[in-house]
Amino acid sequence: MTLELVGHSSEQDRAAPLLIRGMTVSYGEKPAVFSADMALRAGEMTAIIGPNGAGKSTLLKAALGIVTPLAGQAQFFGQTLDAVRGRLAYVPQRASVDWDFPTRVIDVVLMGLYPRLGLLGRIRGNHRDEAMGCLERVGMEAFAKRQIGQLSGGQQQRVFLARALAQKADLYLLDEPFAGVDAATEKAIITVLKSLTEAGKTVVAVHHDLATVVDYFDNVLLLATQVIAQGPVEEVFTKALLEKTYGGRLSQAVMPESAVS
Amino acid sequence: MLLDALLFQLGYNAALVMIGAGLLGLAAGMAGTFLFLRKRALVSDAISHATLPGIAVAFIVMEAFGGDGRSLAGLLIGAICASALGLAAVTYLGNRTRLSEDAAIGAVLSVFFGFGIVLLTVIQAFGYGRQSGLEGFLLGSTAGMLRSDATLIAVSAALTCAIVLLMRRPLTVAAFDPGFARVSGQRPDWAEAVLMAVVLAVTVVGLKVVGLILIVALLIIPPVAARFWSDQSTHVLWISSIIGGLAGYFGAALSAIAPDLPTGPIIVLCAFGLFLVSFLFAPERGVLASVLRHFRFRRDVHMRQGLLALAQGHPIFEDLTLKLLIRAGFASADGVPTDTGRARAAKALRDEARWREVRGDPAFERAAARYDGLTDLSDVLTEDQLREVDARIGPPVGAA
Repeated sequence: MTLELVGHSSEQDRAAPLLIRGMTVSYGEKPAVFSADMALRAGEMTAIIGPNGAGKSTLLKAALGIVTPLAGQAQFFGQTLDAVRGRLAYVPQRASVDWDFPTRVIDVVLMGLYPRLGLLGRIRGNHRDEAMGCLERVGMEAFAKRQIGQLSGGQQQRVFLARALAQKADLYLLDEPFAGVDAATEKAIITVLKSLTEAGKTVVAVHHDLATVVDYFDNVLLLATQVIAQGPVEEVFTKALLEKTYGGRLSQAVMPESAVS
Repeated sequence: MLLDALLFQLGYNAALVMIGAGLLGLAAGMAGTFLFLRKRALVSDAISHATLPGIAVAFIVMEAFGGDGRSLAGLLIGAICASALGLAAVTYLGNRTRLSEDAAIGAVLSVFFGFGIVLLTVIQAFGYGRQSGLEGFLLGSTAGMLRSDATLIAVSAALTCAIVLLMRRPLTVAAFDPGFARVSGQRPDWAEAVLMAVVLAVTVVGLKVVGLILIVALLIIPPVAARFWSDQSTHVLWISSIIGGLAGYFGAALSAIAPDLPTGPIIVLCAFGLFLVSFLFAPERGVLASVLRHFRFRRDVHMRQGLLALAQGHPIFEDLTLKLLIRAGFASADGVPTDTGRARAAKALRDEARWREVRGDPAFERAAARYDGLTDLSDVLTEDQLREVDARIGPPVGAA
């Protein structure tokens, strides 16, 4: 369980951090995601975008084994999920968590260390220092002793990101990290994510704000149950493809000026 | 008499029962904490009521094969089988059908319990000479408990505690954030299975002491009471186990003095007593503390508003505000500010102006987040920052 990951063979490093093949997930009879393929490029930031109910979160959850797909496979760094769990960090949607839970900010970040600590490993001073360091990176160190329910939505999101940082992963998967957060939090999160990709880590986020896609991301995957297109922002984030993704739901107001026409 | 009981002066068996009940309470408090955190507390009610037909069937089988129907180990094996079946039924109905879990619990609980009562009546009708004593499992009865029974209870309760402690991290993460737990390899499904096994163990072990009707209380009351004392799950776990342990120990002691009373209800009432103390007197989260906090807050708000009104020469309409100002010596009885009142009012107004400046400046975002209309800005910013703010808003206006 406690896997120390120091060096990886060059062959593994060349493999895509996440490769999804033919993923189909269905809640009931209607597929939420149908035969989706996806490949992440290492060291870059990818957005999964699409209309409500397009299966964006479901695709991530299926890849991570949180929901069981009907068909399809996901490979991480060329290996199965179980082999590389220690290299992944997942930030779930804020709404999926019980915020009344009796736990403090610092304890949530320490949860990121549990896989390394195992069942019995004691939490020591250096673990606490490490967790505080992660909180500092998201600007939440002053809140370490607060009960998590007392935080605003944006602050909760930053604490989640700090927990992911504590996992020291190579691939960060975030589900709607910017949903319902304030401007300061959005800025803090994107700064951290950019520093991660600069350090060679890979980031993929479910995203819903078309206006910021060009500023924030290197690649996009357009999803509307099926994958419409994927690739670098400048090639794929076009008016034509967005219309194809959103159909009638893409009003002119939503259409960002940054979209390539 | 009670003191004798508490100090184990009532003989070896009574002492053993008290230790067993204490350990059972400890284990129930621990297992119950995670049930409570998972918001599945009532599942334990279905589990406990489902034991009854198992006990009755085990009794019939053991008698039919010429054994002693009252053998505790045999009865408990029957209870385990039946309650596992009940748990499986709740899980199946909850996950695989359109029934929600509470409906599934209600259905399983009543059907199993009804069946168990029918079997008990049958057992009585067939007139087994040595009356079974099975009614003791309904409400708990420690009178006449064998030494081996008490040992069995104590040992299994201790084992249960050990398992919960070993699994506390996966159990915590699974309850708080199952998605994260799964991805980081902490197996929330296993944690859930372990939790259910532990709850089942506590229930079955507690049958003899607390009885199947009330064992749910020993699983729920301690964590609910403990939640009043702490915002940290590890502390809640410890406090809950202590409350459960004390309730079991005291309840068994009382029951040793008055053997006619059923043990289960006494233990549950002890737990309730500890709950009441927590509910009323716990610092921070208890009722008393929150009432006091509310009054203090209201006083601070009125004081601040009163000072601002004085500073701006507004009339004060609220009786409470005026009373507070007069009592503090900031105003005379007709609402005219005194000299100290004028100085304090100017200070409050100044603070208000500083806050307005800080909250309008994104550079002070973190400080601005601490705005509550009451905190003094000088408690939030450093001297240098304050000087910078002051430089921007100019010298104080209207200061005496």
